[in-house]
Amino acid sequence: MPKKARDRSCKDNRNCFIPKLKTFQRGLGFFVMQQPIVIDDRKSDLSKEVLLHSGQDASLCFQCGKCTAGCPVAFAMDLTPNQIMRMVQLGLIDDVLNSQTIRLCAYCSTCSVRCPRNIGVADVMDSLRIMAAERNIPGTDRSRKVNIFNQAFLDTLNMFGRSHAVLVSLLFNLRSCQPFHNAKLGLKMFNNGKIKLKPDRIKGVNEVKEIFQRINRLKKGA
Amino acid sequence: MQRIGVFICWCGSNIGGVVDVPAVAREAAKFHGVVYSAEYKYMCSEPGQEMIVSAIKEHRLTGVVVASCSPALHELTFRKNIARAGLNPYMLEMANIREQCSWVHQHEPEKATKKAVDLVRRAVAKARKLEPLFESAIPVTKRALIIGGGIAGIQAALDIADAGNEVVIIEREPTIGGKMVLLDKTFPTLDCSACISTPKMVSAAQHPNIKIYTYAEVEEVKGYIGNFSVTIKQKARSVNSKCTGCGTCWAKCPTKNIPNEFDMGMSTRKAIYIPFPQAVPNRPVIDRERCRQFVKGKCGVCKKFCPTDAIDYEQGDEFVTENVGAILAATGYDLIDWTKIYGEYGYGKYPDVITGLHFERMVNASGPTGGKILRPSDGEQPKTIVFIKCVGSRDEAKAREYCSRACCMYTAKHAHQVLEKIPGSQVVIFYIDVRCAGKAYEEFYLKTLHEGAIYTRGRVSKIYPEGDKLIVKGADTLLGRPVEVVADLVVLATAMIPSAGSADVARTVGFTVDKDGFFQEAHPKLRPVETNTGGVFLAGACQGPKDIPDTVAQASGAAAKIIGLLSHSEIAGEPTISSVNEAICSGCLACQGICPYRAIEPKEIVERLPGKQVTRVVASVNSGLCQGCGACTVACRPGALNLKGFTNEQLLSEVDALCQ
Amino acid sequence: MKVAYYPGCEYETNAKDYEASAKIVCKNIGVDLVEIPDWSCCGSTAAHSTDHLLAVSLAARNLALVEKIGFDTVTASCSACYQRLALAQAELAQDKKLLEQVNEITGYDYKATVKVSSILEIIAGVDEENIKAKVTKSMENFRIAPYYGCLLVRPSKVKIDDPENPTIMDRILQTTGAQVVDWSHKTECCGASLSVSNNDIVTAMVSRIIKAANAADANCIVTACALCHLNLDYYQSFVTQTKGALKETPIFYFTQILGLAMGFSKKEMGVEYNITDTAELVKKVV
Repeated sequence: MPKKARDRSCKDNRNCFIPKLKTFQRGLGFFVMQQPIVIDDRKSDLSKEVLLHSGQDASLCFQCGKCTAGCPVAFAMDLTPNQIMRMVQLGLIDDVLNSQTIRLCAYCSTCSVRCPRNIGVADVMDSLRIMAAERNIPGTDRSRKVNIFNQAFLDTLNMFGRSHAVLVSLLFNLRSCQPFHNAKLGLKMFNNGKIKLKPDRIKGVNEVKEIFQRINRLKKGA
Repeated sequence: MQRIGVFICWCGSNIGGVVDVPAVAREAAKFHGVVYSAEYKYMCSEPGQEMIVSAIKEHRLTGVVVASCSPALHELTFRKNIARAGLNPYMLEMANIREQCSWVHQHEPEKATKKAVDLVRRAVAKARKLEPLFESAIPVTKRALIIGGGIAGIQAALDIADAGNEVVIIEREPTIGGKMVLLDKTFPTLDCSACISTPKMVSAAQHPNIKIYTYAEVEEVKGYIGNFSVTIKQKARSVNSKCTGCGTCWAKCPTKNIPNEFDMGMSTRKAIYIPFPQAVPNRPVIDRERCRQFVKGKCGVCKKFCPTDAIDYEQGDEFVTENVGAILAATGYDLIDWTKIYGEYGYGKYPDVITGLHFERMVNASGPTGGKILRPSDGEQPKTIVFIKCVGSRDEAKAREYCSRACCMYTAKHAHQVLEKIPGSQVVIFYIDVRCAGKAYEEFYLKTLHEGAIYTRGRVSKIYPEGDKLIVKGADTLLGRPVEVVADLVVLATAMIPSAGSADVARTVGFTVDKDGFFQEAHPKLRPVETNTGGVFLAGACQGPKDIPDTVAQASGAAAKIIGLLSHSEIAGEPTISSVNEAICSGCLACQGICPYRAIEPKEIVERLPGKQVTRVVASVNSGLCQGCGACTVACRPGALNLKGFTNEQLLSEVDALCQ
Repeated sequence: MKVAYYPGCEYETNAKDYEASAKIVCKNIGVDLVEIPDWSCCGSTAAHSTDHLLAVSLAARNLALVEKIGFDTVTASCSACYQRLALAQAELAQDKKLLEQVNEITGYDYKATVKVSSILEIIAGVDEENIKAKVTKSMENFRIAPYYGCLLVRPSKVKIDDPENPTIMDRILQTTGAQVVDWSHKTECCGASLSVSNNDIVTAMVSRIIKAANAADANCIVTACALCHLNLDYYQSFVTQTKGALKETPIFYFTQILGLAMGFSKKEMGVEYNITDTAELVKKVV
């Protein structure tokens, strides 16, 4: 499934390897090449895929930029929300799914409630995150860290039926190779008695595990 | 016995590309009553029309069927055409084989051809039953009524009056002048708005053919094109016609500090007041909700000091009736109340966030600040001013989907005025698009850019105060970066919406409004100044957002239409209206309740039966009011009502032909 | 009034002060919170960022449990839990097909009948006079910046109040005699979902909120969300301790303010668990 998906994304995008190369170069601090966007008779269905996932029609966007103007995280993004919307319209799938933006979005939905075209921009971001996950795109830099955190959170949830802050932090620190990350906060919380080492395992933990398994089976079947 | 000719049009490839036109013509020739059948590339063209005329003469045709486009497009053309050949123009029947056939069945030519044959058979069946109809003559009252005394109403009034017709203007406010007289300078020429509009106000007031009711509203409209009877409610002004406008009363009035609506609440007025010094008429009005005499029952200062005894506390609302032949709706616009919609801009709680109209009053030499641009909060001169366009426009989620058309230009003008009046000032304009489609508009915009206005492409998402400054959070979508401006003053270009109460005007006069509440024109391109109701016209921003040049142009256009109507002493009434067969009418009057135009009234007739005379009631149709909708014919149980040109017999023969 | 209660995974750790104060205050005003037996995690941001069906299913299991114990309303103190449960409920009530699919996944037979209310709504639903009657102390020395964050007022489908200027918490806090200030960052996002993974971004976001509260001359910020609380409480230290540009601003839960006003001790209200110093201000309860 992941391989197939990646093939499709490659076909969807006319620049194929360029965006990945760009991300790679950016990571290394190189000058970034800007190849022209090629529009030919191969129509992109990225807008439609987003619509299917999120129920939000990105093609309605008229690029007023209000989402960017109000976004509390925009200052940290590599692409602004309105640029993401534009890229979805043009079908630049690799640029979009490899961007930091889609995972830095905090789903605060300020964009959605202010969008003059009634587009749930935050829901579009949500669906792009999911699409990136489906295609096994781990992201780079900040976006990778978000991804690792989300995975760590779901792993503990799967284990105990509830999330466990200590374990989530441990897993995150190990997997992101920064063992002492947020140690100061941990210590402060420990002193305040706000940390519990023993996880809270619920009785119906198997029910929760079942949920994860059934969804995995569904995804594989699809 | 009718002799019918059938003429089938190719409409180039529009019909001919799908329908086998020659085959349809051959089939048509076989129909009962048809003595001639022909086809041609363009029936509506000169040679096409000639072909019909000569066929009528040559084959002594008594009825004509044209199978072409929709009758909405060319029925009138062909009616005139057959009249040239000496036929009654109503001996024409059309079959729409374009919109209803070739266009909708493009991919099924065979079935389309068969359908075209059916449609022609139907038309021929009806044509066999057609009867000549004759237009009636409706007398025309050579006076016009204009609702709204803004620049549109004034311009149209002057044009119509100069052509020799009497005009009545009704204005809701205590003065005419509308929004234009409040503005400072007008784009793109920067001439003073009041200097060019107040002379027109005075001309209208002094014109021998123009009668003005201010502080008045339309109460009721009866009648029809050429013959309207309008009841006007003259609200009690509490000041009678003896007033000379000397100004003693408002100088002496003790009730102060009432926010002046005409200065957007930025200045104050008294309880007896004129809205602004150039008001027409120059006669004050008492605000009865604030006046001490009315609220507390004692004061009487103005009455005591008035040198001409013009104050009349006892005055009540009066109702006046005016008879006119045409009505012009020119009720203008209001600005949307952004303070109820835009929480992200502060819901109006920050005093230094104002609208474009506030700015106009402020920058106006006769306005509340004497023409100085000052922050409402502290009266300081602002250095950095932000303009936000499309507040309420192009925002279907919160307000209106449409573009308000004038804001791009007036914002450019505001920017120019700031840069001119405040040395060292900085102007930032947030826009989505810059729309300058007008003569010398683009040039004006470019000039403003050159003067240093910073045009930033992006919509503002939030405004909040920080100290005595306002932080404006926008974006530069061209650079892909958020933008924060530390501003002293923010001016919002708010959406133009139909003026308050315009829906009531539409209902009282009897015409339709569009989805946004603007008055609906009869045709967006070809009949832009008429409504769907005969004799009722429209002009200015009541029809849709407009700037002054467009408003004045439309007002003169509407005036020309009205002058045209009033130039006739009689006009032709449509003959396709209902008629009553009195012999079988039972007088039940079910039709009266169903008629949407109030065109049916009971009438007494005297019948002579063997040996005696009997009086009985029957329905009668007012030919001036009947619009030929046919609702009454359906309600009539004995079948006494018939719509001429669409009689029951004609319709049934069409159904028969289609069911063959 | 009896309401089903969803504590959320942080109920014994980060949010233990919120949990404790909410329970005490609710009990005091006659709201009985009945914990859902064997509840599981709502999935939070991680789930809806990974798989839509997973997010809805994890929430649905809890909603089904509420239905099972015979309650028609469930409340959550944590805003993130509220939003996940409410969004799932909104979708399940609207989409029959989704409901069937989710029931297959969870193994429950959920009928989508449960109403999800935030604890703010539950307390705001209690007659104001009843709350005032319990208030024994004056909070007049508290100049509160009420902070709603994003989860309670957005997106529109689950908002509990106006997303630009909510006032539901303002009104509750005013019953204690506290001064509630009008400020600009009531509903700006604090970035909690990034607080583990990208703390430099979060610091910048938090500093803007603290700056706005300082500008409005508030001496504390009050929230209704465990995530906002931790985020604002901890990350402000990076901007208040360096350069001294911003004033340290204690963060409270609105239930703590209510509880203090009702005469409960600071220990019962758990105000000592804060990272910021609350002691100075709490002394001013009179």
